[in-house]
Amino acid sequence: MSTFDWVTQLIYVLAASCFVFGLHLMNNPATARRGNQASTAGMAIAIATTLAIVIHLGGISVTGWIVMLAGALLGAGAGLYSARTVQMTAMPQLVSMFNAVGGGAAALVAVHDYMHAGATVSATTSVTTLLDVIIGAVTFSGSLIAAGKLQGVINSAPVTFPGARIVNLGLAAVAIGLGAYLIAAPSTALLGIVIIAALAFGVSMVMPIGGADMPVVISLLNAFTGTAVAMAGFVIGNWALIIAGALVGASGSILTKLMADAMNRSIGNIIVGGFGTGDAAPAIAGPGGSVHSIAADDAAIQLAYASKVIIVPGYGLAAAQAQHEVAALADLLESRGVEVSYAIHPVAGRMPGHMNVLLAEANVPYPQLREMDDINPEFARADVALVIGANDVTNPAARRPGTAISGMPILDVDQAKSIIVIKRSMGHGYAGIDNELYVDPKTSMYFADAKKALTDLASAVKTLVG
Amino acid sequence: MSYPALLVDVTIFVLSLWVGFEVISKVPATLHTPLMSAANSIHGIVLAGAMLIAVTAHNTIGYIIAFVAAAFAAANVVGGYVVTGRMLKMFRKRPAVPPPAATHAVEAASNGRPKDGSA
Repeated sequence: MSTFDWVTQLIYVLAASCFVFGLHLMNNPATARRGNQASTAGMAIAIATTLAIVIHLGGISVTGWIVMLAGALLGAGAGLYSARTVQMTAMPQLVSMFNAVGGGAAALVAVHDYMHAGATVSATTSVTTLLDVIIGAVTFSGSLIAAGKLQGVINSAPVTFPGARIVNLGLAAVAIGLGAYLIAAPSTALLGIVIIAALAFGVSMVMPIGGADMPVVISLLNAFTGTAVAMAGFVIGNWALIIAGALVGASGSILTKLMADAMNRSIGNIIVGGFGTGDAAPAIAGPGGSVHSIAADDAAIQLAYASKVIIVPGYGLAAAQAQHEVAALADLLESRGVEVSYAIHPVAGRMPGHMNVLLAEANVPYPQLREMDDINPEFARADVALVIGANDVTNPAARRPGTAISGMPILDVDQAKSIIVIKRSMGHGYAGIDNELYVDPKTSMYFADAKKALTDLASAVKTLVG
Repeated sequence: MSYPALLVDVTIFVLSLWVGFEVISKVPATLHTPLMSAANSIHGIVLAGAMLIAVTAHNTIGYIIAFVAAAFAAANVVGGYVVTGRMLKMFRKRPAVPPPAATHAVEAASNGRPKDGSA
């Protein structure tokens, strides 16, 4: 091993340390920005080192330089533009696109290596090469479909057809079976078929998954991308890729598990799909009772004279893009001395932690954004719980067995002294069952679009108690 | 004593997974979106792999693969870091510009979290 190899390898270790340290600093919102800077520095070092290696290796043609630099500049420009212009509500789509290109690039690294090595490739290298190609291709097409569903370009409802599961299994079998055969008998043409089967599997895997399951799907695809990048590291023998890929794989796996737990579903159940079609869960009758609706003025008075208000934002708030309106109402209440906090369920929004970003964008200070386990004991002390576009995650039916959501962790909204629910209609949530919270005598329903309701509430507070 | 490269690689991979689990399980739910976005930028390291393709590419297919891989990976790494930074910049301990009427609440907040009935 030459001195050059020693130095570059040590620099890669330094870069990898920066990634770990950067992630470590993300355990607190106060230090998270420094974490991102540490990680960026690590990446800059790693890329500069790679450039030095490319020069040191020599043998790169002029065309090679041109395609590499042109590709990198084009990609960097596109990445920079989308990162600067993306709306915070569209973050899940962007993350999905980055998963897609990351997985795609990892697969291409292996494809090139395989074609370059030809028949001389060793069996152990073949295994990681094929894993990289298959996982990378599945991530690429699956993430594109997920982004399309999130953007509304592709039907976000579960898209399925008779025998879809057979097709799914068939494609997986072709990709894996043929991949295994290729380890024994290398063939570039057959590799093409493996790629096509893996791409098709990515599509058929994500199509039947409904929009509400997206937090799990994005996390899972994130874990896949990480794994694909780690495999690319095995293929080209680069530890920086292995370490970085493993870190991302770990992060994606943790988030996938957290999201699935918060939705009370197993990962397998989500991937198999079919849930959320509306007919999957027969409604189990709750205790019954009548619904009490409320007008803006009465709701405003309740809020203005409360000493503690907990706001429960749900997917409906994000869909109505009412994060700025809710923050304005909260500011108004706080200026009257009301203590306001936000109770955030883990699956509020369309990706892990999405609601926090939306509220942070609306200038809500993060100490007010409280996690479920942290805020649940405080509901009993709240004068008003204001539920905006959240449904299943507030349903007390989850506490007893025998319902579609039994066992799902919920926010203890029903413990508050009074409850105001802003909702467009009595329609069911994602689980398709009645919400027992709505018939609670303490609950008042305010039927309106979240954005309009919050604006009306704020102006009613101003007029009535100015 | 020297070990086969694959064994060393697997060791690094498995230990890195554990480091990842350890570090990431401490990230609060509030930061899960920036965390995923940061993880996204970290897997942009695949740009290193994409750059090395260009070294051994010597035919049209090789050049096309090198170009697309470099473009994908660069979009991943640049976009990932920029958007993560943009998001983290929005997380503030207290409102950046307190509304004039809200000075009371801000004062209370600066003395720690206001307790029940602080009104």
